[in-house]
Amino acid sequence: METLMIVLSGVLVTAGTYLLLSKSILKMIIGTSVLSHAAHILIMALGGLKTGGEPLIGSPEDAYVDALPQALILTSIVIGFAVTAIFLVVAYKAYQATGLDRTDKLKGGES
Amino acid sequence: MSNLIILPMLIPLLGGILLVFIRRYVVLQRFISMGALVATTGICIHLLARIQEQGILRLDFGGWEPPFGILFVADSFAMLLATTASFVAAVCLLFAFSSVDRRLEQLYLYPFVLFLVAGVNGSFLTGDLFNLFVCFEVLLIASYVLLYIAGGKRQLVASIKYIALNIVSSWFFLIAIGFLYGSAGTLNLAHLSERIAETGQTPLFTAVSFIFLIVFSLKAGLLLYFWLPASYSAPPPAIAALFGALLTKVGVYALFRFFTLLFYHEPQVTHQLIGILAVLTMVGGSLGAIAYTDIRKVISYNVIIAIGFLLTGLAVFSETALQGAIYYLIHDMVAKALLFMIGGLMVITAGTARMDKMSGLIGNYPFLGVAFFITMLSLAGIPPFSGFLGKVLIGEGAIEGQSYLILAAAFLSSIMVLYSLLRVFLSCFWGETIIGRGEQLVLKNGWILPCLILLAATLGLGLGAETIAVHVKTAAEVLMNPQIYIDAVLSP
Repeated sequence: METLMIVLSGVLVTAGTYLLLSKSILKMIIGTSVLSHAAHILIMALGGLKTGGEPLIGSPEDAYVDALPQALILTSIVIGFAVTAIFLVVAYKAYQATGLDRTDKLKGGES
Repeated sequence: MSNLIILPMLIPLLGGILLVFIRRYVVLQRFISMGALVATTGICIHLLARIQEQGILRLDFGGWEPPFGILFVADSFAMLLATTASFVAAVCLLFAFSSVDRRLEQLYLYPFVLFLVAGVNGSFLTGDLFNLFVCFEVLLIASYVLLYIAGGKRQLVASIKYIALNIVSSWFFLIAIGFLYGSAGTLNLAHLSERIAETGQTPLFTAVSFIFLIVFSLKAGLLLYFWLPASYSAPPPAIAALFGALLTKVGVYALFRFFTLLFYHEPQVTHQLIGILAVLTMVGGSLGAIAYTDIRKVISYNVIIAIGFLLTGLAVFSETALQGAIYYLIHDMVAKALLFMIGGLMVITAGTARMDKMSGLIGNYPFLGVAFFITMLSLAGIPPFSGFLGKVLIGEGAIEGQSYLILAAAFLSSIMVLYSLLRVFLSCFWGETIIGRGEQLVLKNGWILPCLILLAATLGLGLGAETIAVHVKTAAEVLMNPQIYIDAVLSP
C-alpha cells in the first residue's frame, strides 16, 4: 500500500511540475496546490499507513497508529490554503495592473 | 522552564493582531508597533543575560516533555540573533514612520512588519523541526504581503516570482521533513541529533541533509540567489531594509543550526559542499555588485556576498570560525539595514536609482555622504567598525583549518564589496552637483535618526565587542558541542 501511495505522490509531482512550468499564472497556482498535496501523501506514506487502531485512549487495540503525520499534514494544508489565497490575490492584482496572465510577458518589471 | 521565552514571538504576534483592528488610527498604530518591538528587544536582552547565568533555557508547551511536545529552546546563538533582529526591526519601523506614505500605513503595513518579526523570532527560538517550518511560513507570508503592498507593477511582478519560488522551496522543506520523520521517527531537533548520531549519519541522512541544504540555500540566497536582487530592490526602502537585514539571515541561521546540531558527522561531504557553494556565491555576488548601475541592485548583490562570507565560517567548521560568523551575522544585520536605508534615501533625494545619473550628492546632502562612507568601511571590515572582528576570526579559523582557498575567496570578496561601494560613492557623491539649491529636499529628522542609531550600533559593536564577546563565545561553544544542547533539551 505504501508503494502505491508513493507512486501516486510521484504522479502528482509530475502533474504539479508540469503545471508549475506553464506560462499561465493561474495554472502555476493550481500546480503549487497539486505539488503540496503530493508532499502530504508522501508524509503520510513515510509515517506508515494504518498499522493499528485509532489513537484514542480507551480504544480496544494495543497498537495505535502514529497520529503525528496527520497532525503535520493538517497544519500544512492550512498553511497551503493561506499561501494559495495570497498567491491568487497577487495574481489578480497583477492582472488588474497589466491585463496579463502570462509570465513570459511580465518579465523585467522595471518601472 | 521559563515562560519569558515565548514573549519574543508572542508580543509581536499579539501586537500585530491588535493593530489590524485599529487600521485607521495611524499614530496609535505607530506607538503600539514601536512599543511592541522595543519591549521585545528588552526581553531578548534580559533573556541573554539569564542564559549566561542559568545555561540554555527551554519552554515545553502544554507541559509535554521533550521529545513528545513542541518546545522553544533559547541558547545564546538564537537569542543573540533574536535580539539583533528585534532591534533592527524597531529601527526600520522608525524609518518607515517618515518614509512610507500614509496610504500604505493604513493598508496594514505595521501589522505585517510585526508578523514578520514574530516569524523570524519564532524560527530562531523553536526547538522543533515542524514548528520551524510553520514559523518560516509565518515570516514568508508576511514578506509576500510586504513585498506587494506598494502595489506598483514592479512590485507585483517581483512578488509573483518571489512567491512561486518560495512555495517550491517550502515544498522541498516539507518533503525533507517527511523523509527525516520517516527515517528518524522524531521531530525534536535535539532528539533528531541523538538519533542521527546513533546511526553515525548513514548515507540516507546525508541525502536528506542535501534536501535541507537546497531548501535553506534558497531561503538564504546561498548560490540559489537568482531571485534575490529583483525582490529586494522592488519594495519601499524601509521594507527593503527589513528584508535585507532579516530574511536571508533566517536561512543562514537554519543552515548553521542544521549543520552543527544534526548533520555534522560527515563534514568532508556536507561542509565541503557548503564551502564550494559559499565561494561560488561570493564570486557571483561580486560580479553582480560591479555589473549594475542601479544602486538598489548593487546593494542587493552586496547581501549575496555577505551570505557567501558567512557560510565560509560554517564550511571551515571550527570554534574560532563559528565565533567569527556569529559576530559577522550580527554586524551584517545592522550594516545591511543601514546600507538599504541610505541607498533608499539616495534614490529618494536624487529622484533616480541609476548611479550614472547621480552626481555630487555630497554637496547637497553631506550627511548621506558621510553615513554611506562609514557604512562602506564597516562592510569592508575596517576597524573600529563592527565588520572587522568577524572577518578576522573567520580568517583565523580558516588558517587554523588550512582552508586557504576559502580564505583567499573570502578576503577577495571583501575587496569586491569595498570596490563596488566605492564605485557608488565616487559616482554619486563626488563630481559636479546636479541638484540646484532650489530643488534640494530637506532631510527629515525621521530619516536621519534611524541612520544615526544604526551608525552608533555599528561603531558600538566594533568598539564594545567585549560586551557581547561572552555571549558569542557560549554560542559558538554550543554550536561546536551539540551534546550541551541535547542535554539541556532532553534533561527532565
